[in-house]
Amino acid sequence: MEEVVKGIENINGVLDILWILVAGILVFFMQAGFTLVETGFTRSKNTINIVMKNLMDLCIGSLGFWLIGYTLMYGDDLGSFIGIPTLFYNAPGEMHNLFFQTVFCATAATIVSGAIAERTKFSTYLIFSFIMTVLIYPVSGHWVWQGDGWLTDLGFIDFAGSTVVHSVGGWAALIAAALVGPRIGKYSADGKSNAIPGHSILFGALGVFILWLGWFGFNGGSELAINGESANHVSNIIITTNLAAAAGAMASLFLTWAKYGKPDASMTLNGALAGLVGITAGCAAVDNYGAVIIGLICGIVVVYSIEFVDKKLKVDDPVGAVSVHGVCGALGTLLVGVFALDGGLVYGGGFGQLGVQAAGVFGIGAWSLITSFIVLFILKKTIGLRVSEKEEVEGLDIHEHGMEAYPDFRLNEH
Amino acid sequence: MKKIEAIVRKSKYREVKEALHGVGVNFFSYWDVTGLGNEKEGHVYRGISYSTSDIQRRYLSIVVNDDFAEKTIKAILESGATGDVGDGKIFVSDILESYRIRTGEKGGDTLK
Repeated sequence: MEEVVKGIENINGVLDILWILVAGILVFFMQAGFTLVETGFTRSKNTINIVMKNLMDLCIGSLGFWLIGYTLMYGDDLGSFIGIPTLFYNAPGEMHNLFFQTVFCATAATIVSGAIAERTKFSTYLIFSFIMTVLIYPVSGHWVWQGDGWLTDLGFIDFAGSTVVHSVGGWAALIAAALVGPRIGKYSADGKSNAIPGHSILFGALGVFILWLGWFGFNGGSELAINGESANHVSNIIITTNLAAAAGAMASLFLTWAKYGKPDASMTLNGALAGLVGITAGCAAVDNYGAVIIGLICGIVVVYSIEFVDKKLKVDDPVGAVSVHGVCGALGTLLVGVFALDGGLVYGGGFGQLGVQAAGVFGIGAWSLITSFIVLFILKKTIGLRVSEKEEVEGLDIHEHGMEAYPDFRLNEH
Repeated sequence: MKKIEAIVRKSKYREVKEALHGVGVNFFSYWDVTGLGNEKEGHVYRGISYSTSDIQRRYLSIVVNDDFAEKTIKAILESGATGDVGDGKIFVSDILESYRIRTGEKGGDTLK
């Protein structure tokens, strides 16, 4: 009998690791999704640059997180603020965790790429990406996910990273896009915002499908187990994730249809992502109704936020990364305080959880905004953030990388 | 010999091509062109409305013998028209000589 119990425990342990690995592989694939969304929403002359940025932030993140990032985040707690780092993490039996957390880290880093697309120096991006993955992301991540961080102590809920991953990336993207400045031609002399249409809505849509797929691993995998009752938890998470994405896209669809007269494809794609980012914090804490409402709210807010960033803040964010990841990440995290079945405002839990959620949103938001400002400001004053005007006009591909993405490609209409 | 150049709506290209075949004009060159005109098209991209006066049309270049010119022009006029502003233009000019590269022969026969 004892042997049978032991055998089942073994199988359960193996199943959990298998699920974490599969989920991590799905999250890894989100890098392809980001690459496609960013290239699709920008001009063809900068395609290779975006491909290279997404490829290299994954590589830098993989190496950097193994080097020091992982233990800075998950190492033994120091003052509820930071993990005690050890170099070249190699704890036996823990490599599935290293892998799963590495691909999360790479996600946070890659969010910045889209917001600063089409005018940023490649070398500067690589340096910022390294600092993001070995310092900015791991420290605030420690506060929530290591177990002894100050936000964990408060009772902050961010199940899979609306704030820990997405907002951190989104706020860094805001600082980066503001400091690097708008693309040439984005704003007229009188401050009017001009449209710079992306070169392939097809790529953008394919990217969103891939991200949506990857999100099942992102949220579902964050259960970090699949044995026994966890299997049902994971199933619930996957349903809340899917419902919120669908609701987000629907909300953006109908809102843009009413506002602009036609359903805007690129905004609707952003709406699906907004729903996904929004549900990430509460995917395990809300029911299906809560998930749909969170998705709808994020799908509406993302449209207004994109317009606000573009027309009022005059920060040029070609893909909407600030709104999708920063704003909807923060909003989704706050909404956990409203819709959490246990402690949420609408379920009679009062304002306590909402207050804790706000503390986390503002605390981590401030950390990301301040650290990325310091790093990017130093980079701006030293090696510079921006390519030359000539490079920007003729395309980063030919100047930064010496080649074109589509050298022999021409569309024949009809 | 005449060169007949026609700028037509892309949506009318198919009908124009069939009309040309109908009068015995079986080969010509064409390419897509962008021009400026009085028409303005409204667009919205990610919440920003903008309009463009860039107009997409198809440009046909047809070289025919003199006795074909009139029916060629008539075919384009009839098949390319919608009646709305923006149906395009036809330009006619003289051609001095024509050669067939394969054989080196010249003159009106090379257009047959």
